[in-house]
Amino acid sequence: MDLIRFEKFFYRYKGNEEYALNNINLRIEKEGNFVLLCGETGSGKTTLIRCMNGLIPQFYSGFYKGKVFINEVNTVETSIANLSTEVGIVFQNPENQLIAMNVEHEIAFGLENLGVPRKKIAQKIEESASLTEIEHLLDKAPFELSGGEQQRVAIASILVLEPKLLILDEPTALLDPKMARKIINLLNEIQLERKITILISEHRLDLLLPFADHMILMQNGKVIEQNTLEKVINGDNFQKLNLNKPVIYSIFMKLREENLFKGQIPSSIPDAINYLKNR
Amino acid sequence: MIKDVMYTYPNGTIALIDINLNLYGGEFIGIMGKNGAGKTTLIRTLNGLIRPTQGDIYIDDKNINTTTIATLSKKVGIIFQNASHQLFANTVEDEIKFSLKSFNLTKEESQIRTNKTLQQFNLEKYRERSPLNLSGGESKKLAIASIICRDPDILIFDEPTLGQDAREIESFLRLIEKEREHGKTIIIITHNIEFAFEFIPRTILMADGKIIADGPTEKVLNCEELIEKASLVLPQSRQLSLALYSMGFQDTDTLFSKADVTKYLMQFLKNSSERAQKR
Repeated sequence: MDLIRFEKFFYRYKGNEEYALNNINLRIEKEGNFVLLCGETGSGKTTLIRCMNGLIPQFYSGFYKGKVFINEVNTVETSIANLSTEVGIVFQNPENQLIAMNVEHEIAFGLENLGVPRKKIAQKIEESASLTEIEHLLDKAPFELSGGEQQRVAIASILVLEPKLLILDEPTALLDPKMARKIINLLNEIQLERKITILISEHRLDLLLPFADHMILMQNGKVIEQNTLEKVINGDNFQKLNLNKPVIYSIFMKLREENLFKGQIPSSIPDAINYLKNR
Repeated sequence: MIKDVMYTYPNGTIALIDINLNLYGGEFIGIMGKNGAGKTTLIRTLNGLIRPTQGDIYIDDKNINTTTIATLSKKVGIIFQNASHQLFANTVEDEIKFSLKSFNLTKEESQIRTNKTLQQFNLEKYRERSPLNLSGGESKKLAIASIICRDPDILIFDEPTLGQDAREIESFLRLIEKEREHGKTIIIITHNIEFAFEFIPRTILMADGKIIADGPTEKVLNCEELIEKASLVLPQSRQLSLALYSMGFQDTDTLFSKADVTKYLMQFLKNSSERAQKR
């Protein structure tokens, strides 16, 4: 059974003539993968993400055809609240999804709405806060926190619902490089510990390539490739797209063009060093 | 010129301490540092959104401490990090027209300038669209367009490469070059180390409200101690050259840029291939 399945799905926002999503046929399996979603600006990444927990078509006005299933449930046939226990989304601006007076309440909010007993809520808050290292922030107001702290609170408040798929839309956008690395490392640990699938939409590929194992490429509202990271970054589609390719990629592509390098393009500095020390 | 500027927020947070800076026409300057270092506070003092609690700021030898924001906005244009914070019109076209309102243009002149701006920024196809229905990257483009069309002398961008793909960044660089040719001063707040390293000649690093470094980018971003203080990471080319050096590759500790590292590796792999053939 697929975690998410798109069948011939089209979507355009109300008031727009162009389709934001064009004939999407995509499957995300229950494998506990770390998936990187990439594409040029306007390719449909955020729109695709919004379909993955029912926000489209239930919340955003527009026109659609085709179907989206989450764990075999059609996203128009069940509430966003129910779907949120399967798929959790952390958006680019965490402050836009933090609403409570303090961090503890923020994390409890989703569980309270699902009618989870108090004792269980307290236990889950403790687990989630520990995993995201925000135990010391529980009594603080979300608006007082730094960008990185807000990001971790948003992640904790989603994780507490134990989704099988955690989606993050440009999670490092507002973070300085050191904090961005910290968040990505944290996500990697969460993915390994909880064996959930993480899907990240990002432009900052240098940060993500060392961790991702699968990649989805989008262009003009279509999924043009979905495969292992290695296959995608060594393929033509990745080369042709106007993505912010890491410096390592550019260096090794140049070496390949000069016929000095024939292997798989390294996705990280350790991989690059490994290759070079064996020459 | 910024002289001995200090700023304390009403809640007592000291955001700027002893800021002294000289900025010249046609310069291209990057400001980098940890979240909360004071970067955004600093740029807000330049168009009057924030008035220093101590110190003076001069633009064209005139002290701006009592100049109105409306007047300053004709000299200093700021494009903020979150484009949606400065977009509010019903359509993309209206957004540009509103920006031009304070110039007392005739209806025809306003339409001509609006059309030119939309064309320049590839926003024509979104003319009738609500700014709320643009992707993150497209909103950013619109925010930039709405400021540039006013032709200010100083252009300040807060995280301009956020959410932008490679093509958009290239287009942004061309825009910057064109503005610099007209003598405009460009200031960019960025976390994008690779972008700064490759394209920005002068970098100012901030930490805890102070300027901790100000100089040629290649020098500033190669000092590990400063990088650590500013919560940054070394550029990837430098990470690779230092990793090569630690593995015993000679003379790689002096390599900084992508071009330097690529040249070195090309020679290394050529030599290695020749040695293998001789055997």
